[in-house]
Amino acid sequence: MSDQPEGTRLDPWLDSYAARALGMKASEIRALFAVANRPEVVSLAGGMPFIGGLPLEEIGELIKRLIIERGEVALQYGSGQGDQGLREQILDVMRLEGVTAHPDDIVVTTGSQQALDLVAKIFLNPGDVVVAEAPSYVGALGVFRAYEADVEHVPMDADGIIPSALEEALDRLKAEGRPVKFLYLVPNFHNPAGVTLSMDRRPQIVEIARRRGILVIEDNPYGLLGFDSEPLPAMHSLNPEGVIYLGSFSKTLGPGFRIGWAVAPHAVKEKLVLASESAILCPSNASQLAISTYLDHHDWLGQIKKFREQYRERRDAIISGLEEHIPEASWNVPAGGFYTWVKLPEGLDSKSMLPRAVTARVAYVPGTAFYYHGQGADHMRLSFCYPTPERILEGVRRLATVIESELELVETFGTATRPGPDTVSFPAPDLA
Amino acid sequence: MDVLILAGGLSHERDVSIRSGRRVADALRGVGVKADVRDVDSTLVPFLRSLSGTIVWPMLHGASGEDGSLQDILEMCGATYVGTDPRAARVAWSKPVAKTVAHQAGIATPDYVTLPASLFRELGADNVLDAMVDRLGLPLVVKPARGGSALGVTTVTAREDLPRAMVDCFAYDEVALIEKAISGVEVAAAVVGDGDSAYTLPAVEIVTDGNYDYDARYNAGRTEYFTPARLDSDQAKAVSETALLAHRVLALRHLSRIDLILDSSGVPQLIDVNVAPGMTETSLFPQAIEASGRDLADVYKEIVGLAR
Repeated sequence: MSDQPEGTRLDPWLDSYAARALGMKASEIRALFAVANRPEVVSLAGGMPFIGGLPLEEIGELIKRLIIERGEVALQYGSGQGDQGLREQILDVMRLEGVTAHPDDIVVTTGSQQALDLVAKIFLNPGDVVVAEAPSYVGALGVFRAYEADVEHVPMDADGIIPSALEEALDRLKAEGRPVKFLYLVPNFHNPAGVTLSMDRRPQIVEIARRRGILVIEDNPYGLLGFDSEPLPAMHSLNPEGVIYLGSFSKTLGPGFRIGWAVAPHAVKEKLVLASESAILCPSNASQLAISTYLDHHDWLGQIKKFREQYRERRDAIISGLEEHIPEASWNVPAGGFYTWVKLPEGLDSKSMLPRAVTARVAYVPGTAFYYHGQGADHMRLSFCYPTPERILEGVRRLATVIESELELVETFGTATRPGPDTVSFPAPDLA
Repeated sequence: MDVLILAGGLSHERDVSIRSGRRVADALRGVGVKADVRDVDSTLVPFLRSLSGTIVWPMLHGASGEDGSLQDILEMCGATYVGTDPRAARVAWSKPVAKTVAHQAGIATPDYVTLPASLFRELGADNVLDAMVDRLGLPLVVKPARGGSALGVTTVTAREDLPRAMVDCFAYDEVALIEKAISGVEVAAAVVGDGDSAYTLPAVEIVTDGNYDYDARYNAGRTEYFTPARLDSDQAKAVSETALLAHRVLALRHLSRIDLILDSSGVPQLIDVNVAPGMTETSLFPQAIEASGRDLADVYKEIVGLAR
């Protein structure tokens, strides 16, 4: 051997990272999605709201006036808990789902994602268990992983999480000596499953949690986006002391403002404010005041109604496309929100199939993203919120050819089952 | 000197390409070169046709960027560009074709077969897989015949894992290259220049905990790089000569990266050739430049100067 050069692993700080950072890395799947934003690709992957449906000129004028007239406040630091006026308006928004609270109970956050992060930060120790639906929101799973928690998934059916299955899981976890810190739920138009927790089950689930002393995290970004019915009462309304409610303007207005909130019992709220101040000092004053002005001066309820109609039209497009082109799959027909959850024909693996889909210029999110330990390969999440109905139909047509080719392969090789579970990966923001 | 870097595209390696393009542009701008990065879309052709005096550096990884198509477009538009011409790119892009050409020139390369998905359907997958294992033995490397960044590549040590590996591979390409796995020292040799004046930069040795897969390539940590590779002078010479021979017989121009495994007998076995090597933060080509003692920008300028 000649002179021995020193090796490099290209990151001198590798040995300095916290254990929780070890799983934070770019994945092959994430790289594939780099193509999804190109116009040639029909992306049924991203959960991006249809911002084109907003009155952008009016919002532009509103922001312009805000900066000219109140710029010294809008561009300054604000309260760590969030703007008082906006918190009062948030009460009006939540009242539509039966949430009654005081403005002091609300913490405004940088999207409800930050609220989720704060909740995890103040409650989770490494090894703690979070109970969540099966499947569950990928962005939440990423947060739980970052705090080194474990996630126990509980099955859902068409009416949402199954109370008896929840009881069984909690019994088992108790017997195993694994402490459950909270129950994380997306009760309305679930991401990714599209289902809604039924009226009958809401009190049952709240009661199970209350009886066992388990906090409920109710993540509700889609509750006002039902197509055919009025919103169901929030779980928070059934037990305000046992439920932390997370809300967001990302789906009813725009995620670019990055404004969400948490409603929590008083003592919890105090900790959330302190945790938020240590993380971000305060949420964006400019965004908060822009939303506050929008709520004051714009028919925001009328805008939500328009969104509901637009999303219903897109939901109809994706369902009719699936019926026509992929009858061998099965799916739910969501009554609101952005997503349908498609079960693939026997033997297909949605993660393995993704490169073929990207080649065919269509993208989806593999089901594995929505399970903490990587199950779910037999499902995919299709989002219908962003593309036009025509593009959605084209996307489903392309997907049908991909599935047909993949089925041929599986028939040929007699397998598509991946040995060993994968782990959750961190989604790009527009894919969560 | 104005340089237009084409990066992005619609391949599976779009993300890597964009990162490569930005890194090279930044380096060139740092030494006063006007360098722009542009994606490939429906406005590209008229844009290329309107160029005058600008040198185009195609840095698209994967199909259309490396398979000669983009190079055909550049020639049709009369562009002065960096890199291999369309015909040679087409040969290099296909792993089995490149291996065949290299092998005919005396370069060792792992034994392999190339099979399309359709053939498995026609002949029965088990029949073909059994024959394949009888012929090549285990372990095997299953990879798309065309592709990069180790996407769709699996090392298979057990017969029962082959079907899964084939399905993963065919998600990227309709044709699979199934190669005998070679153990040894994995090295990458960066080549700069043309024909007889081409030269190699110090070889980069790659040591991973497992396969040099996508994760090992693009997330710092799992892979340790030694540059120059820990080779004795004879081995280093053999690597350099093999890389230059491959560059030459495949008619590669201006820059390439030749991936080799130095087997237990000290023979460099050709694994892959790249006409648009990655230039990201973790890529091998920039590491080789830095190990040579030269600035990245210095070498990139030299490469741009070779354009024609």
